[in-house]
Amino acid sequence: MTTPTLLQFERDATVKAADLRHRAVIQKNIGTYNIAVANGRTRFADWQNARSHAAAIKWETINHLDRYLEQFEQNVLTNGGHVFWAETAADAREHVLQLARRHGVQKVVKSKSMTTEEIHLNEALEAAGIHSIETDLGEYICQIRGERPYHIVTPVMHLTKADIAQTFQEKLGAPLTDSAEELAMIARAKLRHEFMTADMGITGGNFAIADTGMIALTENEGNARLSFSLPRVHVAIIGIEKLIPRLEDLALLWPLLAASGTGQALTAYNSLIGGPRQEREADGPQEFHVILLDNGRTRLLADGEQRDALHCIRCGACLNACPVYSNIGGHAYGTTYQGPIGSVITPHLPDAQEWSHLPYASSLCGACTEVCPVRIDLHHHLLHNRRNAIQRRFDGPIQRFLFRAWFWAMQSPVRYAVAAKLGNIALRRGLAHLLLKPWTAKREFPTPPKQSFRDYWRQHERRA
Amino acid sequence: MRVALFIPCFIDQLFPNVGIAMATVLRRLQVDVYYPPDQTCCGQPAFNTGYWDEARALARRYVEIFADADAVVSPSGSCTAMVRNFYPELLGKPTQATTHTYEFSEFLVKHLGVTDVGARFPQRVTYHDSCHALRELRLQDEPRQLLRHVQGLELVEMDQAETCCGFGGTFSVKFPMISYAMDEVKVSSIQNTGARYVVSTDSSCLMQIDGYLRRLNLPIKTISLAEVLAST
Repeated sequence: MTTPTLLQFERDATVKAADLRHRAVIQKNIGTYNIAVANGRTRFADWQNARSHAAAIKWETINHLDRYLEQFEQNVLTNGGHVFWAETAADAREHVLQLARRHGVQKVVKSKSMTTEEIHLNEALEAAGIHSIETDLGEYICQIRGERPYHIVTPVMHLTKADIAQTFQEKLGAPLTDSAEELAMIARAKLRHEFMTADMGITGGNFAIADTGMIALTENEGNARLSFSLPRVHVAIIGIEKLIPRLEDLALLWPLLAASGTGQALTAYNSLIGGPRQEREADGPQEFHVILLDNGRTRLLADGEQRDALHCIRCGACLNACPVYSNIGGHAYGTTYQGPIGSVITPHLPDAQEWSHLPYASSLCGACTEVCPVRIDLHHHLLHNRRNAIQRRFDGPIQRFLFRAWFWAMQSPVRYAVAAKLGNIALRRGLAHLLLKPWTAKREFPTPPKQSFRDYWRQHERRA
Repeated sequence: MRVALFIPCFIDQLFPNVGIAMATVLRRLQVDVYYPPDQTCCGQPAFNTGYWDEARALARRYVEIFADADAVVSPSGSCTAMVRNFYPELLGKPTQATTHTYEFSEFLVKHLGVTDVGARFPQRVTYHDSCHALRELRLQDEPRQLLRHVQGLELVEMDQAETCCGFGGTFSVKFPMISYAMDEVKVSSIQNTGARYVVSTDSSCLMQIDGYLRRLNLPIKTISLAEVLAST
């Protein structure tokens, strides 16, 4: 059914798909990624076995999520932290604002977190008069450009070094440079000051560890470390699916995430946060708050068929493998989570109908499923989402009628033969452009031969 | 062993030569083939669009029509995957007909143990992996083994052999510009090989590629694996 989000998607995807410069940049960046990841996987003695093991860890967690969440909460409290259960995005936003008000927060530094994108936290903070600064370099570039992240791991994958230099010149008044190092230094000089003067640090969490009550943060720039250790208050906003049972599970999950996300053996910084500053500790926040975000995740949990979508560790591998993503880019989706995993989970979040077109925007090639390090059955879930959309009657009346007519014909060889004959006549008279216009607009449709296989067979077998 | 031919609807109507070529090769190998005339469509268009009740009814038809065959062979990885991988999900369990349906190259290599069918095709060709053959049926080497044994044939690999051509059935009509961009990426990868022909197990992929090639008058032709193997 036609919805405003579908129309927007069609417009944006069409523009990007025909944008050859965009295609060249993305193919180059994904090409670089592919080489790094192929190399990263060779560090595993048995990559397929590692995937299976990781999937088993996440399966165990997700299928006993109630237990692990409570264990996690208990341990965070024991360590002196606080836990807030946010059922909706609004609950999570409101809680952050309450904490900010209570602590007189005027400035927030944020490290990269897709959950904060999901709940539109920056907008809420700004509306409350609180300055919120993204400190991950890619996210910082997004923020000053006024864009949403293009990719869940690589927020500015669509930009070249020259694009970034130009952005820094326009937005920060920095001199143009073609040195990546100088560009990083420009951002660093701006951000150092923000870290020192922020009242609150907000992070996500790559893993929440049930048996220790810790959260694990994976990053490459050290900005997450500064975000949670310098300000007075640290708030970590974490989707409930990020739980893992045991600290030792990181022995596999850390390198697995690094290999799939960036091709590294391990990312440059991996932090474990066990609570607020303790007595005799020199630094760290006075308060540590964890917000456990549901926002539709328990709906996925209730869906036995697609529950494994909650295994996701947000590595971005399925985006990089997806031929649709690499042609339309991350912004066209219009969602927080782009690419195959986004098209699987977004229709389960609030406003399902608005996103019911996304599972159809796939050729079902299965490249995503092949690379997923936690073995989520991604492209089959796209099929499941399509079935769900039809069951909820999200299809339009025209499509419904066409499929009914088609079905009626296919149930009988006689009706099939008659329908095929009519189609054959139409196509032989060059009417393909009327029947299959979107396809034939830029391609030649084959002219069917007079004799179908069944006619040929009947004729020749009779003779034989 | 009696082998039933499963000729998917679009091959029946648009590319009958592919079905004829498959039957020819099988008969050359002394396989006893027959064609159940009641077959229509496997139901994949409905299944992929989400109309599972309709797809289920067509799955039941298929399972009845092919119940007596010792094996069912089809010149399409996509329709074979529909039957073998997705029918069990629709019907609740696999049956004789679903487990014994094979894609043509798979049947030749894995079941007949044949890699040289005595074909001759003196051309430079490149092979396109159909997504369903590659990722649903795990067929990667089988079609290539067959091609390598064709007399005179030079097989050149393209750098993006495993990248989808962008067809995806109704996807190519619902999102034509995305599908076209994927087509473009595929064809440019094919062009880089200098091959005269692009070969695949799946005529649906080839239709997508051929439609692009012909519109731009590019000097590359598409041909199904079955037709290459039937050439002498």
